[in-house]
This record gives sequence, C-alpha cells and structure tokens, in this order.
Amino acid sequence: MSTTVTKLEKLVGKRIKRKEDPRLITGTATYVEDVKLPDMYHAAILRSPHGAANIKSIDISKAQALPGVVAVYTGADILGVGSVVCAADLPGLRRPVHHILAQDRTYFVGHAVAVVVAKDRYIAADGVDLIEVDWEPTQAVTDPEKALAAGAPAVHPEWPDNTAFVHNQEGGDMAQAFADAEVVVRQRIVSQRLIPNAMETRGVVADWKQADKSMTIWTSTQIPHLARSILAGQLGLDENRVRLIAPEVGGGFGSKLNVYPEEALMGFVSMKLHKPVKWIESRRENFQTTIHGRGHVDYLEIAAMRDGTILGLKLKLIQDLGSYLQLLTPAIPTLSVLMMPGLYKFRNISAQVIGVFTNAVPTDAYRGAGRPEATHGIERMVDMLAAELGMDPVEIRLKNFAGKDDFPFLTAAGLTYDSGDYAATLDKALEMIDYKGLRAQQAQARAEGRLMGIGISTYGELCGFGPSPATPAGGWESATVKVEPSGKVTVMTGCSPHGQGQETAFAQIAADELGVPMDDVIVLHGDTSIVQYGIGTFGSRNTAVGGAALHYALQDIRDKAKRFGAKMLGVEDGDVVLADGHCTASNGTSVTFQQIAAAAYRGIVIPTGSEPGLVATRFWEPSNFAYPYGAHIIVSEVDAETGQIEIKRYLAVDDIGNIINPLLVDGQLHGGVAQGLGQALWEHGIYDDNGQLVSGTFMDYAMPRARMMPWVESAHTVTPSPVNPLGAKGVGEAGTIGSTPAMVNSVVDALAPLGVRHIDMPMTAGKIWKLIQDSSIQEKKA
Amino acid sequence: MIANSFEYSAPGSLKEALALLAEGAKPLAGGMSLIPMMKLRLANPEHLVDIGRLPELNYIREENGELHIGAGVTHFEVESSPLLLGKCPLIAETAAHIGDIQVRNRGTIGGSVAHADPSADYPAALHALDAKIVLVSGEGTRTLSTEEFFLDTFTTALEPGEIVSEVIVPVDAGLTGTSYQKFLQPASGFAIVGAAARVRQEGGKFTLVRVGMTGLSGNAYRARNVEDALVGKEVTDANIQAAAALVADGQDASSDLHATAEYRAHLAGAYTARALRAALARSA
Repeated sequence: MSTTVTKLEKLVGKRIKRKEDPRLITGTATYVEDVKLPDMYHAAILRSPHGAANIKSIDISKAQALPGVVAVYTGADILGVGSVVCAADLPGLRRPVHHILAQDRTYFVGHAVAVVVAKDRYIAADGVDLIEVDWEPTQAVTDPEKALAAGAPAVHPEWPDNTAFVHNQEGGDMAQAFADAEVVVRQRIVSQRLIPNAMETRGVVADWKQADKSMTIWTSTQIPHLARSILAGQLGLDENRVRLIAPEVGGGFGSKLNVYPEEALMGFVSMKLHKPVKWIESRRENFQTTIHGRGHVDYLEIAAMRDGTILGLKLKLIQDLGSYLQLLTPAIPTLSVLMMPGLYKFRNISAQVIGVFTNAVPTDAYRGAGRPEATHGIERMVDMLAAELGMDPVEIRLKNFAGKDDFPFLTAAGLTYDSGDYAATLDKALEMIDYKGLRAQQAQARAEGRLMGIGISTYGELCGFGPSPATPAGGWESATVKVEPSGKVTVMTGCSPHGQGQETAFAQIAADELGVPMDDVIVLHGDTSIVQYGIGTFGSRNTAVGGAALHYALQDIRDKAKRFGAKMLGVEDGDVVLADGHCTASNGTSVTFQQIAAAAYRGIVIPTGSEPGLVATRFWEPSNFAYPYGAHIIVSEVDAETGQIEIKRYLAVDDIGNIINPLLVDGQLHGGVAQGLGQALWEHGIYDDNGQLVSGTFMDYAMPRARMMPWVESAHTVTPSPVNPLGAKGVGEAGTIGSTPAMVNSVVDALAPLGVRHIDMPMTAGKIWKLIQDSSIQEKKA
Repeated sequence: MIANSFEYSAPGSLKEALALLAEGAKPLAGGMSLIPMMKLRLANPEHLVDIGRLPELNYIREENGELHIGAGVTHFEVESSPLLLGKCPLIAETAAHIGDIQVRNRGTIGGSVAHADPSADYPAALHALDAKIVLVSGEGTRTLSTEEFFLDTFTTALEPGEIVSEVIVPVDAGLTGTSYQKFLQPASGFAIVGAAARVRQEGGKFTLVRVGMTGLSGNAYRARNVEDALVGKEVTDANIQAAAALVADGQDASSDLHATAEYRAHLAGAYTARALRAALARSA
C-alpha cells in the first residue's frame, strides 16, 4: 500500500478557465439548430401582424398546394393539445386559456396562428406567405395605465377591466408611519419593458416514435425536467416516455425559464406526421414572441423623519402582464414586493400590485426578475429622500441599514435575510473610490459648469431559489456523483447551466472533495434521460442550491470511500482520513481514491453493511433563500450640449458569500452590469397604440455593445451564507440589480444643480438633452 | 427571416455583369443593406448579379492628382488604405465610423453610395470632398458631382441597368484639415447626425470651407450656407459657432424613435461646430 501522499492544492477559490469554452469557441458545440435527424421536416409559423384582431377566416389551400409542403395546421387542429401552462398562482387570478395556436382572435403581434410543415425551411417560409387570413383588426391597448382606464379596449372580452389580479401585502403599520412622518417623498418610477434577446433564439426539434409511444424533444430551455413534465401533460404522454434534451443553450436570462406554445406544437406535429420536425425561431420572432421583462409603473411613497430615519414605504405597482400568463408571469411583481425594503431596517410597508392585461407579448422573468424593479424603487426613493433632507446619500444609507448584529434579519416584507454587514461593504466601496475626493472634484466641476454625478446603490437581492414552499414548482436541487471503476468522476446536476459555468465550478468542488484532478471530473446536465429529476437554472441558484446538493452527494461518496479504504487497509472505519486523493490510516498506510473505486466495482472486498459501486444521489432542500448584496458606485459626466452620458468610473463591491471561481464571478458581474446599463441607458421595448412593436429589431432596439461598456472595477467582501454548506449566495443577477439605480442616481446627481429630481429609464441622450433644455428655460423664467 | 427564392449570377467581367443588369437584374455587392431587406421580404429581386467579386471594381489608385476608389472596395479597405490615410484622410476616417467591423469587412463604398441611406456616413464626407461619382452601364460612363448624384431618400441619379463604378476624391493638400464627427444611433450604429468638414485657412481667415451633413433629413447634403458664412471670415470660435448654427436651416429634420426633429437639428449644429473645430485643428 502506498505511503507517499502529496498535498493537493485546493481548486475552490481559484481563477480557473471554463471547461465549457473549447467547444464553444471552436464551433463544435451542439445547439438545437445543430440537431439534424433523418427525414426531418421543418416548420414555420404564421403570426398575427395585428395588436388585436378577429380571425374571420383562414384559407390554407394555397399553402397546402405548394410542392414540398407536407401539412398545415391551424387553431382548429390543436384543440386536443393542452394549453400553455402558468405555474404561478394568486388568489382570484384570472387565467386566459392560451392555446398553442390562436382560435378566433389574436391578442398580440406575433401571436401564432398556423404552422406550415415542409421538406425544408425555405419551402416552409414560402408556405406561410401563401396562407390567406381574413383579419378584422380591433382596437388594441398596450399601455398598462391606459388599459386600466374606464372605457379602454378589453384585451380579453370577458374581463373588461383588463385586470388579472390585485395583490396586497402589508407589513407593520404604514398608516401610522405616515402619521408619524415628518417628511413624505412621492415619485412615479417606470421600469420599462425590456427584450431579453438571448444570443441563441429559441428552437425545438420533436421526434415521435409511434412504435414506442416515445417522444424526444430538444429545446433551448433553462428547465429541462419541468418542461418535460409540462409537455408530457400538454401532449397526453407518459412522462417516462418523454425525453427532453436541453443541449447547448445560448443564453436565457429568464426568457427560457418557460414553456412556450411552439414546444408542444412541434410535439403535436411530430405525432401527427410520425416524423421528426424542427422549428428555429427567427430573431424577429424572438423579439415579438419570446417573453419580455420588467414593464412596471410604480407609485412610491417613502415616509421618514427629518433626521433621515425611514419609517416606511408604500408602493402601488402596475404590472404590464401582456396578453397571457406565461410560466411565472404573475409571480414576478410579487417578488418586487418582497424586496421593497432593500437593505433597510424600517418596519412598515404597504404594497398593492395590479396585474394588467395588454395587447403585448407576456412579461415574465428577466435577469433579476422583480428584484431590479424593487431595488431601483427603494434606491431611487432613498436618494430622493436624501436630496429632500439635504443629506448625503451615504449618510442616509448608513443611518437606515440593518446592522451587522441584526442577522438573521426579519424585514418589513417578511423575509429573513441570512447574513451581511452592509456598512462594511459600502465603506469598502467608498474607500476604493475615494468618495470624499470625488465630492471635492464634483464641487470643482460644478464651479466650472460641468455636470458631474456620483451615484450610489446599495442593493440587496434574494437568490438561491429557494425553499420549495416559496416557489411555484419546487425549489430544491439534485446531484448525482458517479465514480467510475477507474476513479473518473461524472457529476449529474439537476441544474441546467447555460453560460453560468457550472461544468467548471462543480468540477472544482468535486475535485477538491475527492482529491482527484479536475480533468477527471465531467459535469452532465440538461438531458432527462441521463440526469435525475432537477429543477433547473434561474434565480442565481446553481451554486447555492445545486452546489449544495453536489456537496452532500460528495460527502456520501467520501463516507463510502472511507469505509472501502478502511476495509482495504484492514483498519477500523474511524481510523482513516480521506484527503489529497488518498485514504490514509493512522498507521501511515494508504490507498488511492482510484484503488478504492476499482475495489468498489470489483466487489471482492465489501465493507460490512455496505454494497458494491460508488454512486450517490442527493436532493437538497434549502431552508431559506440566500441574500447577496453590494454597493455599486458610478461616476458620470453629462455633456450639456448633447445630453450624452459618459461613465467615468464604475465600481462594484459585491458580497456574494464564498466564491468558488472568481473568473466566473467576474463574467457574471460584467454581463449583469451590461444588461443593467442597457436598461438604464438604451433598451426599451416599445409598443405603439396599435400594438406594433416599434423597437422590434436590432436596428431600433439598442442592446449594449462592447464599445459602450465602461471598465468595471470589482471587489468583494465575503460574508458566507449560513443557509448552505458552501456559504455561497449567488451572483448571476447582482450586476443587473445593482447597476440601474447607481446609474440613474449618478445622472440625477449630475443634473441636480438644474433642479432635476428623477429620470425614468432609459436615459437616452435625447431625453437628457430635453431635461436640460426644459430646466434651463425654467431657470431663465425664474 | 428567409428570403424569397431568386436567381444568382456571379459574372467574371464587368461587361458580362452590365449585360445582365441591362436585362433587369439587381446588383449585389457586399449585401449589407440588400440582404437584410430580402430576408424580411421587403425586397424581392428575382435575379441578383454579384458585382462584389469583380477585380475591375476593386482598386484604390492615384491618377492625375485625384484618388480613384473602385466601387467594390470595402469600408475596411478604405479605412486602412495607406494611400487614403495619407492623401485623403477624411474618407478613411469616415469609413471607420460605419457600422461594425463585420459590416466594414463586407460592405462596399459603391454599394453604400448607390443605396443612399439618409443616415449613411459616406455621403457627408463625399459632399465635403467635392467628390465625383462615376456611373457605368452598357451604354457608357458618366461622371456626376455628389449634388447631382444624391437626389433623395434612397434615391440617386442611377438609371436602370447602371451601377456606380468608382468614387473620385481629391488629394487634399497638406494645408487642408478635415474631420468627420458622428452622433451614433445606439442600436443601428447609423448616424443620427454626421458632419464632415474640410477647411483651409490663411492669414487668420478661412479660405476654403466644405461641410457635408448626413442623418438630419431625408437626404445628405452639402451645407453651402455654413460654408458661405465662413469663407473669408476670421478664424474664431464665435464665427464657427454662428455658422454651424445655420446647418439645419431650410432642412426638414427627421424625427424617429431615437431623436426628435428638434433634437436632431440641435445636434446637427453642435456636430457641425465640432467637425469644423477638429478640422481646423488639423489644418496647417
């Protein structure tokens, strides 16, 4: 038995390049579009060009007659298929039936009306053009506040008030807070519609095998197992005969945390024709028919004392739902209510959420999902209160933060924050950016007539979704660790990473626990025939929940390996340690992990009460969410002549708990910041009054480009989460959540000398120029 | 996002191409504007003739004190040509502002000029450079000034069967200073406004001023009112400011999602002043 044991370097915490990247950057990864099956048909979909319209008749005869067209199906054909599922529930929620093809009416531009199946995608597209629909356009309504007004067109005729639900939440005694308050600041704040625009659009391949009554579906999704359960239900199939594969997924950001009409539709087509069929979403379809994000109009009131003590916050939230409820649509604004208090210790909230139907594609989860809106609201209101009181935005935050000794901290919204030291993180940021020096620079700039701003946001978020009672479809996660006889390790995670990098992070965790080289570990996910049931990837949960499941599975492997090692070394179970890839007895003898794996499968030496093999599966249920937080500071300067905003510095100090791989964390933060700045400065999904999506192409929808991004200075404080064994909190959404209020606060600060109090996003140059013009005119009048 | 079916020809010579074009085929060069329109089925040509591969249209050369740029030269080739960078830096600088690197690697100067997008970058510079546009068809060749060529939104003097064969720009003497200043539309990268300026000064006075403006209205134009207001005047910032403020006069400023007419007109003045100042700083 070997006796030399070399100490292995720990991999967790190291900047390690992504294992996923070689296949991505060499173009050898398999996306849905790369799936090519023998005799596969191609589908294209006819969509409504109208915001709202009745379908008087559809004539498909010319499309059917086109050589190469195999079949055309319309709303009349798909009534046997279950409608699109909304998993969220609220008391009194009105649920419109969302058929996978429209019936006699369409509700938004892009609403699917008919599907053409052909021998190739080109013929399918030509076939779509040959379908003749006799449309009767009706009046649309796309602005949620207009939809609530008396006499507005009814999106769904059966509900003339366009109201899907009204949800109230009270904490403490807001009426008393208002009565006690010395100052109340009110503001209407809009979080505009955003279009997620994953780089890979959606796509589906469905392959029905009639003889086996089995279905395989490849789809670009964040939730393969949940999607399988839902699709089996819609198609009336046995769940165990449906295999769902999420191959490489080119970005989701929440837009693929959903099950869309096209997934069941392709299943239906394949079952009809007994052939595989593929549909790939075009970019235009992606703009028009994949869920949008945000779509809030918030009326906020903050009550405080003159010394800056915040007493409470009141919110009336008007959520633009779009025309239907997708998987989680009504749940998203309720998350905003939960995060209303931000990092502050005030005890009183009052919130009313009104979910409004509009003639638009549904809104749903988009990176941050409810938390960016809430954070934007509270962080704007705190700044506005500071301005009203003549206080420094730092001072008012420090005065109202929950203290580091207050944890676990029960908020006014009823959440229990796990851990934190908010003042320490803000202090670190202030020191790094030399806040005092910046304010002196700003005074100098103002004296020179330059518009320089300093914007702070101290955000909090809830991550690691989450305790199952608080989620619509289970919040646990699963992991299997399978050690092969050679000692190579296969991890199967129920998460479905699609850019987050868990093939790397989980390999680091497994390699450390088992003392094997990282290259000996592979991580599989996204195929329901390979991986045990799992929940999926969203809400910054992969590491905090999926990683925790993996941790416990690894402990099971370690325990079993030690028993095998002890047996092999002829010592008692308690006499061995497993470290550095060796099981070592107190007498100094040892066996390698690989020798143990071989023995476990050889089956000759089996510890008493144990069994052959070295595989463990764990399902882990978190007891709470995890609550990352941070301080983002943006220094900006506004060009008074053009209204253009220049970001001079962007500093992010984030506390995301323990960090598995700083390189992955940087990537998540940079991407999140880019998406947040996109919302703050450029992006806007705009419907006109007729229901046309006027910013529906990349020519008009301004996704941030690399050249538009500032350098992001990043640092961390580390307050481990006590909720999970890794102490991780989650980072996938931090950048998106922290950035928008920091950006708006910065520009409002820049324009404060002109009397500007608030600016709604996106802060386009034209909007800023107009504000400057208008305030200069007012100044002249005064 | 799939075009209608069409016929495609890639002739080996200009003569062959012109013969096909005379039969009603549509020319394709870099395809940076045409192909997206075809994918949206907004343009449905039945027959495309690929002129982007013709060596006869792919050259940059100096002849008789002028620079000849073949229609098939890509934006990237214009932006990186040592000859143009040395002798007509304005055209190279302008090319570097077009779209993104992928577009600049495919798109051609002839295609851009023939398309006459009202927000395209080249027309501003070509107006400021007193450039000439050479057109060719089966019937022969003709040479037009930019004001003769650019007629209206997406409308040029090109006749059916005729293509742009080259663009001629001057060798700018060392004394001339030039600049192109652009306010980007953040989504498309096109100009909300783009101002090209070309100036010479002597004895503290402007002796030559050329200003081209794109993006402001339906057609790029040469801002003669700005030029006239400066030539012979003293080189002062107040004069530049006052002249630049005239640039939008008489123009029907466009309004869209990204800029109101009022804002565009304001930006046109601001960017004209910026271009004039930058050009002045580069003039000897």
